Amino acid sequence: MRARVAVTLKTGILDPQGKAIEGALHGLGIEDVVSVRQGKIFDIELAVADRAAAEDSLRQACEKLLANMVIENYRIEIA
Amino acid sequence: MQCAVVIFPGSNRERDVARALGEASGRAPHMVWHAERALPPNTDLVVLPGGFAHGDYLRCGAIAARSPIMDAVHRHAERGGLVLGICNGFQVLVESGLLPGVLMRNANLRFVCRMQHLRVERADTPFTNRYRKRQVIKVCVAHGEGNYIADAETIARLESDGRVAFRYCDPNGECGGAANPNGSMNDIAGLYSQRLNVLGLMPHPENLVDPLVGGTDGRGMFESLAALAAVA
Repeated sequence: MRARVAVTLKTGILDPQGKAIEGALHGLGIEDVVSVRQGKIFDIELAVADRAAAEDSLRQACEKLLANMVIENYRIEIA
Repeated sequence: MQCAVVIFPGSNRERDVARALGEASGRAPHMVWHAERALPPNTDLVVLPGGFAHGDYLRCGAIAARSPIMDAVHRHAERGGLVLGICNGFQVLVESGLLPGVLMRNANLRFVCRMQHLRVERADTPFTNRYRKRQVIKVCVAHGEGNYIADAETIARLESDGRVAFRYCDPNGECGGAANPNGSMNDIAGLYSQRLNVLGLMPHPENLVDPLVGGTDGRGMFESLAALAAVA
């Protein structure tokens, strides 16, 4: 089973990297960009057939390592 | 004083801190590989050194914080044993939950490498008893992710419990403005655990123990630790 996990900063947490990217996009003349928040994507393959089991493993992966729950949120999409 | 310095893949200041500890205590520390599951018997102090453990992949300190040795470090801290995390070691401590908050990318997005004054906020802990309260010391900083952030409630609790160990300041001990190299809240450079047995700090006292490199203000920390062991 394949899944994609997205980890992003919680609302209100300052994202200086996102701000720098936003500035660079404006520098390229892409003026429509209002704001950028950056994050991470993990494509994960699991050796389970059951969706619920996969979700349980991914939730553990996120909370134990992939996301720092103090500042980040995660979103799981199972293919 | 029996010290153990943990080496992660990518640590690079372990020899500096081993030398500082050895010179202050007269006893060379054990070097412990991160994949070990136990600390050497009778360890008094565990040091998590500076560097770039696991290449700072995922988040600084994140992978190191889940190393096999860290379970033993948690148990050591729970027993009241001393733990010192310097720079990347501080990042490992916050990632492992031994200290609260997070260390974010420096506010100006630049790696900062410079001499830095610190104000010693209290001199009654195992790490600082050879300093004076509010003494200004000059050490160095070298990091890209040292911007200490925590929620307002945590910051208020840290302040009221006297858990701020060091603050960034200017040569006169004044905090704020350009004296803060990374944007840390309340100019926090170092933090204690609730019981004052765990200390994490971004600056490098272990690099300022020899006049050859421009100062010896870092010695106080290692002499404090060595003095403690001498009475015990």
